[in-house]
Amino acid sequence: MSSQEHVVVIYPHPDDESFGAAGTIASYREKGIPVTYLCGTLGEMGRNMGNPVFANRETLSSFRKQELLKACKALDVDVRMLGYRDKTLEFEQMDQVAGHIQSILEEINPTLVITHYPGYAVHPDHNALGAAVIEAVSNIKDSQRPELWVQAIATNYEKDLGEPHIRHDVKPYWDKKMAAIETHLSQASGMMSLIKEKPDFNENEELEHLRYERFYRWNFTD
Amino acid sequence: MEAIVKEKVQQVIDQLAEKEVYVHLETTNGAYASHFDENAYNVGAFIRNAKVKYEHGKIVGTGGAYRVGLKLNLGWVYAEGVTDYEVDDQGRLLMAGHDREGRLMVALQISEKPFSHESVAQS
Ligand SMILES: [Zn+2]
Repeated sequence: MSSQEHVVVIYPHPDDESFGAAGTIASYREKGIPVTYLCGTLGEMGRNMGNPVFANRETLSSFRKQELLKACKALDVDVRMLGYRDKTLEFEQMDQVAGHIQSILEEINPTLVITHYPGYAVHPDHNALGAAVIEAVSNIKDSQRPELWVQAIATNYEKDLGEPHIRHDVKPYWDKKMAAIETHLSQASGMMSLIKEKPDFNENEELEHLRYERFYRWNFTD
Repeated sequence: MEAIVKEKVQQVIDQLAEKEVYVHLETTNGAYASHFDENAYNVGAFIRNAKVKYEHGKIVGTGGAYRVGLKLNLGWVYAEGVTDYEVDDQGRLLMAGHDREGRLMVALQISEKPFSHESVAQS
């Protein structure tokens, strides 16, 4: 059974995987379980251009694509780029996006899928892709359907949703997670300096967010 | 990109006048503004590959931050707060304004060819 396991992570931006799930990914890779990252866009409309600035609106996508490939190498995962455009996912036809994702999932046949929690994931791309993934996984027939974990980011999401079902303390994989985040040079400089200023877990709230990767198990009622 | 040299930018604006050009115009305070500050609003707009022809254009301002206006037959293209510019290897005029952390706040770009969508779909 375990030789059949395969995890698919689906987020819209290069760096979502590193900030959100790098420790979880590393724990699966350590067990020899393959992980595939389906990255929705190249984050080409991002605001961060590096600090000091080294990218512009037209070159950002190329930088972020390279960063994505480096991060996936650091995490030892396969990556597929879905080819959507940053900031526009919520305006695509949801059925089409869901169908696109479903076809890839049916090809990979994963045992676990990880995505964002729609409505609780702050960025419109996160919410839209999370919703499309839920639809895609729902449409996979019962016997083939993987488990689905969804990640909330919004402030105080626990008030609405209760405690997350899964709470990974990723401290054992901390170096790996930091290495993955650092590959996203155009995006992560702010976060990295924050971490270097206050490297103590107990004093730095941001570090706490990064240390515990939390997910809700999606309940399919059909 | 480098700090705007007004005369150089004006020269390129002049060269692109009276031609069919493609414009990328954008302003944003990011998708996380109201996440980090509950009193803030997320504000942004962009238009990519608007095809226009401007009669003339000007760059105006002092102190490192500039306004650019392009006069169209029936209207205007306007951007405020551009600080940096680059004429890239494709001859496109890229202008942008960044905050202290290097984050883009406004961009105005003019090209004789459509701006590409670099996302590459893999199967
Ligand atoms: Zn994201």
